[in-house]
Amino acid sequence: MPAGLYRALLTVAGAIIAILVAIGISSVAIVAAGANPGDALAAFFDFGARESSVSNSIARMLNRAVPLFLAGLAVAVGFRMNLFNIGVEGQYRIAAVCAAYVGSTFVAPAPIQITVIIVVAAAVGGFYALIPAVMKVTRGVNEVISTIMLNYIAINLAAFLVRGPFAGERAKGQLTTTTPVLPESAWFPNMNWLLEAVGLPAPRGGGVWGFLLVAVVVGVALWVVLERTKFGFDVKASGLNPTAAFASGIGPKRMVISAMVLSGGIAGLIGLPEILGDQHAFGTNFTPGLGYLGIAVALLGRNSPWGIAVAALLFAFLDRAQGPLQFAEVPPSVITIMQGTIVLLVVIANEITSRIALRREERRAARELGKVSA
Amino acid sequence: MNAETPAVQLEGITKRFPGVVANHDICITVQPGTVHAIVGENGAGKSTLMKILYGMQKPDEGTIKVNGREVAFRTPSDAIDAGIGMVHQHFMLADNFTVLENIVLGAEPRKAGVMLDAGRARARINQLAESHGLRVDPDRLVEDLGVGDRQRVEILKVLYRGARILILDEPTAVLVPQEVEELFENLRELTAGGLTVIFISHKLDEVLSIADAITVIRRGTTVASVDPADVTARQLAELMVGSELPTPETRESTVTDTVALRVSHLTLEADGRALLDDVSFDIRKGEILGIAGVEGNGQSELIEAIMGMRPVSGAVELAEQDISAWSTLRRREAGIGYIPEDRHRQGLLLEASLWENRVLGHQTRRPSRSGIWINRRAARSDTQRIVDTYDVRTPGVDTLALALSGGNQQKLIVGREMSGEPKFLIAAHPTRGVDVGAQAAIWDHLREARAAGLAVLLISADLDELIGLSDTLQVIYRGRLVARLDPSDVTPERLGGYMTGAITGTKET
Repeated sequence: MPAGLYRALLTVAGAIIAILVAIGISSVAIVAAGANPGDALAAFFDFGARESSVSNSIARMLNRAVPLFLAGLAVAVGFRMNLFNIGVEGQYRIAAVCAAYVGSTFVAPAPIQITVIIVVAAAVGGFYALIPAVMKVTRGVNEVISTIMLNYIAINLAAFLVRGPFAGERAKGQLTTTTPVLPESAWFPNMNWLLEAVGLPAPRGGGVWGFLLVAVVVGVALWVVLERTKFGFDVKASGLNPTAAFASGIGPKRMVISAMVLSGGIAGLIGLPEILGDQHAFGTNFTPGLGYLGIAVALLGRNSPWGIAVAALLFAFLDRAQGPLQFAEVPPSVITIMQGTIVLLVVIANEITSRIALRREERRAARELGKVSA
Repeated sequence: MNAETPAVQLEGITKRFPGVVANHDICITVQPGTVHAIVGENGAGKSTLMKILYGMQKPDEGTIKVNGREVAFRTPSDAIDAGIGMVHQHFMLADNFTVLENIVLGAEPRKAGVMLDAGRARARINQLAESHGLRVDPDRLVEDLGVGDRQRVEILKVLYRGARILILDEPTAVLVPQEVEELFENLRELTAGGLTVIFISHKLDEVLSIADAITVIRRGTTVASVDPADVTARQLAELMVGSELPTPETRESTVTDTVALRVSHLTLEADGRALLDDVSFDIRKGEILGIAGVEGNGQSELIEAIMGMRPVSGAVELAEQDISAWSTLRRREAGIGYIPEDRHRQGLLLEASLWENRVLGHQTRRPSRSGIWINRRAARSDTQRIVDTYDVRTPGVDTLALALSGGNQQKLIVGREMSGEPKFLIAAHPTRGVDVGAQAAIWDHLREARAAGLAVLLISADLDELIGLSDTLQVIYRGRLVARLDPSDVTPERLGGYMTGAITGTKET
């Protein structure tokens, strides 16, 4: 069996075992909460009885998965270089509020309008990540600390902007403040045809957000960049062995800055699926916490775009069960417990499986060489 | 003596260990109160064997008896409990602690449960030092100590933990000849005091002068147990290698008049101490300049200065072009190759494939790169070329670097640094930790490249290698080039004198 395939299979097997164990552990928590684990499990797979509710459930899951996927990618870019960009949270919020505001200030044909919004979001996210990067390379400030601090600034700055300079008109009876509503040319077409193709009715509300396509493109592009280009090689080398990379002429400062900016740029996109696909503005009820969840998703996905896609879908699948769990009289905080245990156990499983794979590789080399010299 | 219970008896030890030569069917009997040498080329399985004896690895088969009792160590602390101590090749000392603190670290005598009982510790250390003739000042900081003193601290550390059987792994690798003599005196006193020393080495002259018994290991198994009185170094070497020993000698000079690399007035200070002090030299095409020196006298700084990894004052010229302001990458692209002193730290991506390691350092050059892409196919086939030309033993170019033995990793690095027609090569300890076969091959490659006009800066701790390969020798001591010697009429002893500062600086030609 080729080593690559063996490693992949081993990883998948490890992840499945970890998830099963996590379900076991969560069951204990569910029992402790006085509910029935069987009911809880059923709730996760309960997508609703009617076709329309099935289609709503799928849409909700996909819509949750897209920003999680982007967040995971953003974190993973840093992780590959042993950079802990905890600042994804702040980067996406500040990027979202700026992009939503800029997008509302002009009207252009849809492709231009949307492209400008995407570029602004990526640029703002990248710029906000540049700050800790510069602090790290010039003054040696640990990026974990600086990004956490910058998160507070970003979150509060975004909150200020949406109430102050960037605030739009508040509709009568509305409690939330938002940026001015985007012109229709910025409304990203939905992908309900995806569900219709399998014979399900169109879901309610924004439907399946079309930004899914952009996310897929970003994921594939990132994979190509990381795995096939010179830049990707530099990132990999810096992550695996920074001293060797340095001795080989890969400048550590340049790499820190470019990796952080790339990470921040992707982080800038996290808020766009919601803004372009559904809300059409950045509001005070904008979804928070995606940046932090991205850390878990990246860990779960082992920093590879494919793995992150699976991890984002898994998280979204669990998150979707909020409603059904309540109907089954299971506290929905079970979801968080499950997500937490899954991440922990998968990280452990990854560590174990990668060790097994390395050992096997060494053995195989030793065995084949034994044959040669014998 | 043979009537006594052996201090250590290994029988039929077999270890299927990935990556390097496995141990199989090893039998060694070590008598108490002796220095027992275990010799073998690098990669023969000495280290594995010692790890087994020290409880760092479990044997798959075989028995270990210590003082006649069968033992099964699970961890080094089991071995320590059985009275076995290990002095590692690389010292494991905390520089900013005193000798006393280093010795007691992890086994501190306590006062009132929490306080370090320095008085008791000092008394015990002095008593140990006294009875074994290991003179050190317990209150000095380790960072101020020389290599020989550090080694004594390591030995004391082991004795402090009650060891009666000491394993010394290549203890002389870092010492100059004078310090080796001191160490041997210490060892003789230790065995006179009833302790047993297991001495691992591949330096045969030293082994012959210190050992009471010798066991030879080749390809993972014990091939002979001999009495040092009955064998010559030559015979031992042949037992070790199974064939004739290679020599590092270069024959006719290939030195030209063209200066390939000129270094002038390199100076580097840190914390008020000069790490490099006005270092200047020329290396011409076809010349190997050897730098001798005890480790830590500025060699690493010199390399980093030439590679552009560290800002220094002074100038570096490559082929009459001032490259002082260039980045490391630009210097590499201009034709500087670098075989790093520590291949795991600076030379390899252990968890990446061989072909990715081939790309490392050449990521901006053909054949590794085309435009923004890494040219995987070309990199793979060029790696195959290196594997074939440099005899890198590997299942394939997609194998991870960590699966290769040290010698094969090093051959890959040499092959990589020689590709792309370098003008100048830094070879830092090019054959450290590689087996004799690989050593000979690496020497051959260096000689061939030299004949083809490559300028080489050779930095090595192996004095025979330095004397044998170099066209010119310079000695570095406390960041200064203190002597310029002719390798054709210098002995390792005299070189050692310059290296320790015992002989001071006349410039010879």
